[in-house]
Amino acid sequence: MKRFISRLLLVSIASAIPVCNAHAQRAAAQPSETLIKNATVLTITRGTLSNTDVLIRNGKIAGIGKNLNASSSARVIDGTGKYVMPGIIDCHSHSMLDTINEGTLAVTSMVRTQDVLNPGDVDLYRELAGGVTTLNLLHGSANPIGGLNTVVKIKYGRPASEFLFPGAMPGIKFALGENVKRSSTPNQPGVQRRYPNTRMGVEETIRDAFTRARDYKATWDDYRAKVAKGDKNVMPPRRDLQLQPLVEILEGKRYVHAHCYRADEILMLIGLADEFGFKIKTFQHVLEGYKVAKEIAAHGAGASIFADSWAYKIEAYDAIPYTAAIMTRAGVVVSMNSDSDERARRLNIEAAKAMHYGDLTEEQALKLVTLNPAIQLGIQNRVGSIEVGKDADLAIWNGHPFSVYSRVDTTFIDGEVFFDRQTDIARRADLAKERATLEQAEPNRPPAAGQSPQRPRGRRPSHRDDDMWEGEQP
Amino acid sequence: MIRSRSSRLEQAKARIAAATIALVLSLCAGSIAQQIGNPTAQEGVLPPRGTFVIRNARIVTVSGPDIENGSIVIRDGKIEAVGAAVNAPAGAHQIDGRGLSVYPGMIDAGTSMGLVEVPQGANGTVDTAEVGDLNPNAKAYIAINPHSAHIAVTRVDGVTNTLSSPTGGLISGQAALINLLGTSPKEMAVVPYAALVINYPRIGGGGGGFGGFQQQPANLADTLTANERQLEQIRKMLRDAEAYARARDAYKADPKLPRSDMNIVLESLVPYVRGERPVIFRADREAEIKGALKFAEEMKLKPIILGGNDAWKVATLLKEKNVPVILTGVFELPSREDDFYDQLYENPSKLQQAGVRFAISTGDAGPEVRNLPLYAGMASAFGLSKSDALKAVTLYPAQILNVADRLGSIEPGKTANLVVTDGDLLEIRTHIRYLFIDGRQVPLTSRHTELNDAFKDRK
Repeated sequence: MKRFISRLLLVSIASAIPVCNAHAQRAAAQPSETLIKNATVLTITRGTLSNTDVLIRNGKIAGIGKNLNASSSARVIDGTGKYVMPGIIDCHSHSMLDTINEGTLAVTSMVRTQDVLNPGDVDLYRELAGGVTTLNLLHGSANPIGGLNTVVKIKYGRPASEFLFPGAMPGIKFALGENVKRSSTPNQPGVQRRYPNTRMGVEETIRDAFTRARDYKATWDDYRAKVAKGDKNVMPPRRDLQLQPLVEILEGKRYVHAHCYRADEILMLIGLADEFGFKIKTFQHVLEGYKVAKEIAAHGAGASIFADSWAYKIEAYDAIPYTAAIMTRAGVVVSMNSDSDERARRLNIEAAKAMHYGDLTEEQALKLVTLNPAIQLGIQNRVGSIEVGKDADLAIWNGHPFSVYSRVDTTFIDGEVFFDRQTDIARRADLAKERATLEQAEPNRPPAAGQSPQRPRGRRPSHRDDDMWEGEQP
Repeated sequence: MIRSRSSRLEQAKARIAAATIALVLSLCAGSIAQQIGNPTAQEGVLPPRGTFVIRNARIVTVSGPDIENGSIVIRDGKIEAVGAAVNAPAGAHQIDGRGLSVYPGMIDAGTSMGLVEVPQGANGTVDTAEVGDLNPNAKAYIAINPHSAHIAVTRVDGVTNTLSSPTGGLISGQAALINLLGTSPKEMAVVPYAALVINYPRIGGGGGGFGGFQQQPANLADTLTANERQLEQIRKMLRDAEAYARARDAYKADPKLPRSDMNIVLESLVPYVRGERPVIFRADREAEIKGALKFAEEMKLKPIILGGNDAWKVATLLKEKNVPVILTGVFELPSREDDFYDQLYENPSKLQQAGVRFAISTGDAGPEVRNLPLYAGMASAFGLSKSDALKAVTLYPAQILNVADRLGSIEPGKTANLVVTDGDLLEIRTHIRYLFIDGRQVPLTSRHTELNDAFKDRK
């Protein structure tokens, strides 16, 4: 019996580890230098360079040019016929979040996505396979003021702490419109609806929160002034974890990423932010942004949008695929996001749609998933283009990334390979063997009758605009 | 409509200088534009079936070799002639095709086009799923809204035909194959009753990925029993239809026999249980695909699998039974954690290698259908040849739906559903230059181009 239990334990441990990291490609003992030779390099900031080498050293891009030399220990990759593109940055993701919405209150600025990171989420690997290297992990859109974001590099196979993007600007999720009003949540008898229920209430909620934050800030400013004057008898004010992030917004130390759809609510938030003296860093989704592009540009906000999703709900009915072009021409920094683990795998296609609809130039369209989202997250000095000194976060494609016939060969983050198609294919036979062994293990055999085998926890649904309420989808 | 409102707005702005008031007005324009099914890009009268000749274009016939510098004559709704040199009828409208390519219009065989405008928050616009589990007499043809904004939005990206299917219960209803042009379902229909749609009961609840229609029982034995019970419901109805048809025929042959009353539900099933029309089974997982094949054989149906995410695992059987698959999962995430990342990208290529007949579909109700070429292109990035990727959204769905005599390729005598492009039809950056449906030249406008026109120059 004892032996059986220990065997069972072994099997479950053995099955736990590969499931978690079955696809992770071990980065152990990777060389500190990589030379990609003779590729077409989409630099983003300095045009497209053909027959060009890219030298990676100690996680950074160390050289771009012809006939570069590397040390004898360097990994050398023949890039002939291939394209090198900066790692794609997804400015709206919920990957690796074990939970997305703290929806019980209208203002949840005290909660952090950083506390619910699951580094074993297999969709991260699938995103790497689409050339994506950086994600903006946002709280859901259940409340006018939501939780704090986390910017990560997809270091799949590593602990969550190694995912955190050093130096990324802290941010927060705001949301307006149908989701906040809980439009798709049915009324339940005996259950009081959460305030707000209208776009009027949404404005009032945000106004109230910032009014309180302003007073809170004044209380602390008074306290600090007294301490600075040497007053020793003054009591520090009580810390307020809800208001502290809003103070950081007022001080310009935290970026606001505001989910929105309709033109009216976009103008509402611009007006409110102007009144309180803070900036909206990005409007997210912003499907009717094309109707108020000049106001968005005048405020200095960015826009992070879907390429062509529309009509999935009423507030999305006026969405058009020309939005990226109209806003870009109005001077708005625009990015193309996924808000979906599925779509995140093909953001190259989403960006190219801005050339199909609205005729952006190739460079403008490439920026939608590279430099522009980097600017929106305050990491443009580290990533978003291929320049000497920047992080070596890039992908090698087997054709132009804007061709539907192209796919990713290899994805690097900080100069290390986190996805390589040939390695993936080479490991498949072994993984299939391992799977067969595990399926034959006693604990994994289906019972002949009686209780169902324990079902694994459901995967998060792939969703479009995070309007799925955790556990209470109608 | 939008344009006139917008110009009225411009005049108003000119009269009223105050910026704040202009702002309020621009908001009004937004809310006016936001109307459901606003048929701005629809014409009350169909464009005429003209006589056209497209000259000096690259013609991708799909069924035969490309013609590098050829011409096409379109007359009376049909392709009259194709070739390196054609005789153009006098008075034909000439189109210079230099630098352009002509393709057959694309066909998406897995949609609910016209049956739903806005799925969430506008229930009144949703006509996809009837009440109850057995609705063979729910016909998409009856409820397709010819003025849905989705139709023009989809066709201007080169998709000229869709199979529009109801989605509810176990027997969902009957699908219609339509042209994406027309002011009535009758004008649009290519085949009004093209297939019966069945959600093959899904072990563990839910039908073919289209939402649960039953509570999941607590244990495996109950689950399997519930599954078998659902299948038995379908079986019983189909058997009833067979019996009904036999009784009806017997009475026709011998009026002395008892006359059975007309039953419009069973009546609608007769062509399907007799194998005269195809039955589409929504099934994604291996067990369900195998189950559907077995069931179809038992009931002597003419099956088509819709969904087919695990079809590559059942390829040998599908080939052996000669059952085609409409693949809707190219852009879905693999459902299991240990699935290979490209499993669903590769599915079409694996079926092709195994000799299984297949088509590629978006599987989307409406708004995403315009992205059909990208689904095919992605399959090509993962192994499918470019020419098969193109066939997977043109000729193959036409063959599967038994309309290859009319649609799916450029051949004389076929319906003139044609797309003229400035590049590879499946490539993202390609633009559509001309569009013909049923021999009618269709303006390249939609709700989206009109909203773009209304707002792009707002300063």
